[in-house]
Amino acid sequence: METLVLKKKKNNAKTPVRLSGAEALIRCLVEEGADTLFGYPGGAIMPIYDALYDYGDRLNHILVRHEQGATHAAQGYARATGKTGICFATSGPGATNLITGIADAFLDSTPLLCITGQVISGLLGTDAFQETDVISISKPVTKWNFQITRADEIAPTMARAFYIARSGRPGPVLIDVTKDAQLEECDFVYNKCRSIRSYKPVPVIEEVKLKEAATLINQAKKPFMVFGQGILLSGAKKELKLFIEKSGIPAGATLLGLSALDSDHPLHMGMLGMHGNYAPNVKTNDCDVLIAVGMRFDDRVTGNVKSYAKNAKVIHIEIDDAEIDKIIKTDVAIHADAKEALTKLLPLIKAKTYPEWVAEFEVCKKIENEKIIRKDIYPESGKIRMGEVVNLISEITDDNAVIVSDVGQHQMVTERYYRYSTTNSNITSGGLGTMGFALPASIGAKIGQPHRQVVAIIGDGGFQMTLQELGTIFQYKIPVKIIILNNNFLGMVRQWQQMFFTKRYSFTELVNPEFSKVAESFGITSQKISEREDLKAALNEMMEHEGPYLLDIIVEKEENVFPMVPSGASVSDIRLE
Amino acid sequence: MEKRRFTISVFSEDRIGLLHSITIIFTRRKLSIESINSSESERKGIYRYTIVFSSDYNMARNVTKQIDKLIDVLRAFLHEEEQIIHREIALYKVATSSFYNGNEVEQLLRKHSANIIRIEQDYLVIEKTGWKKETQALLKDLEPYNLLEFARSARVVVTKRWKRLHKNVLELEQEH
Repeated sequence: METLVLKKKKNNAKTPVRLSGAEALIRCLVEEGADTLFGYPGGAIMPIYDALYDYGDRLNHILVRHEQGATHAAQGYARATGKTGICFATSGPGATNLITGIADAFLDSTPLLCITGQVISGLLGTDAFQETDVISISKPVTKWNFQITRADEIAPTMARAFYIARSGRPGPVLIDVTKDAQLEECDFVYNKCRSIRSYKPVPVIEEVKLKEAATLINQAKKPFMVFGQGILLSGAKKELKLFIEKSGIPAGATLLGLSALDSDHPLHMGMLGMHGNYAPNVKTNDCDVLIAVGMRFDDRVTGNVKSYAKNAKVIHIEIDDAEIDKIIKTDVAIHADAKEALTKLLPLIKAKTYPEWVAEFEVCKKIENEKIIRKDIYPESGKIRMGEVVNLISEITDDNAVIVSDVGQHQMVTERYYRYSTTNSNITSGGLGTMGFALPASIGAKIGQPHRQVVAIIGDGGFQMTLQELGTIFQYKIPVKIIILNNNFLGMVRQWQQMFFTKRYSFTELVNPEFSKVAESFGITSQKISEREDLKAALNEMMEHEGPYLLDIIVEKEENVFPMVPSGASVSDIRLE
Repeated sequence: MEKRRFTISVFSEDRIGLLHSITIIFTRRKLSIESINSSESERKGIYRYTIVFSSDYNMARNVTKQIDKLIDVLRAFLHEEEQIIHREIALYKVATSSFYNGNEVEQLLRKHSANIIRIEQDYLVIEKTGWKKETQALLKDLEPYNLLEFARSARVVVTKRWKRLHKNVLELEQEH
């Protein structure tokens, strides 16, 4: 009783401080435990930057070279730490430059808080200098957004923004602050937001659904589990492993679900989807019960939905109700947080093994190994292949680095051949497929996980979309390892042109500058290699180098990524060549 | 899948820009909104939207869930046509001179259960509440009488299972 009273007194003792809106906003970040920001100043956000000047001891602001870089860096930070990534940008072009990263975070459920400056409230709607209606522009790609026009709105709005960004299915939030609200004074008190009446981030599990699911699972002859990033976001790695091991059910991961189960786990059947592994794709259409956890049946995972898992009863465990029955009709829908659902399901399921069923996967694995993997990672002739590079990186980093990949062929190869063993390790642009993601994201990842090796694996196309962030890496001496898998092509588009457009290579060949010289001009140590015998030594040298390092690897020009589920085909029609 | 007409009832906070958030859920799927109505509900500060559109059932359900997911939306409910009682209101402005002869107007109003709500020297205003086909029928009958202006509202709806709908919104209030 006494402690209760004391606590109450303490709360009452929270006396307001008179602050400018700008400083109040900075104080909100401090109150929420933020330590890192990525941003770019400009006219309409100058009061906030001025307030930030006095908080250098508590907040580490990284000046990026383009606002898109700020969002990707914040995404990299968020994915590496599980915390909310924060970025600042000014109004107008600053704000619009954030949109790609926000859209990426929206599709990949990454908690982001974007603060944009805005023209003074009296000028709103008048086409003022650097005015853009970022609230309307960002609406389709944010979990929530809000325009602040008064200083006293700052604290409660920021508290809501943090709460919304990281609770439930996480996502990006944008707060637009007019310049007059930044300059105006207010009485600042910060109270964290703990609930919003119109928002229920954590659903209440229906016990009856758990029982229905358990019954299906216990009766299954050929059950298969597919898991996504929901496992990582809810921190359910341990629960997933327990479930898989007790139930004996083989499992496959979505692109973003990789690293939620150790790659070498005997029941890990590999990656699902268009360029995923052979076994999990083919066997999806053979299983009799499909248990999907923390994933949303993206079209790159399902292929043709009309023929997807048609022999299976589908159990879908998902925190976002709007994803349930959106693409695949479920037989048992469990609207729940993945960790909670798996924990509650575990005692209801029987301990089992499926030796014959698992052996079917092993047959497929063997086929893929012979037809594809061996040639990819141990080629005997020809130019360096992307697969062998990634395989070596996995070896050299003891499967324990934070791997940041961009978008395209090199991304699929990276995800196929890096053997993830820890969470917060697989950072890539999944849903949006944003070329240019990896270089800035690696900056955020390294700041978020300073004691781990962070390796960015990027194609020559994607690298040139955000290479200005080498300036950020140089300025802050961020020791990321950058690998360019350079084939002088937009490789994935070229592959499609080869396979589906009669080799008409329409605008996919790139004539590139000397990337090692680009790096050199940014003060980043660099090397270019093109011979197989130099590969291992070059990778070792890069990993042992103390600062940032760029390794330009000239790879096979017309390599194709297989297996492949052609667009519109069934997952079981996956092609091995 | 077969397309049919659905109505969504949305209960929301009073938040600038929420209408935009709702409509983009339709526009991104290239779904046309047939009528939309928004007004304060019986609870102060809680707004009620009524949105009418046509689609197949799966799309209607997905759209409803995506609206329900919006942070400032308290709840969104999907209704089939037979689950609701709905009305629209129409106003017809007709030149007063058209009705000088006899009791035609009276007969017309009686036939359509419509009322005159305003009589001016030059024009009169007739009000008719009903389904669209009913307000449309009156419109057709009034055409020979020099119709000066016509306006029809969006649909307003109460559900046949009204208790449940109320209960959900009330529960939200009690929780906070």
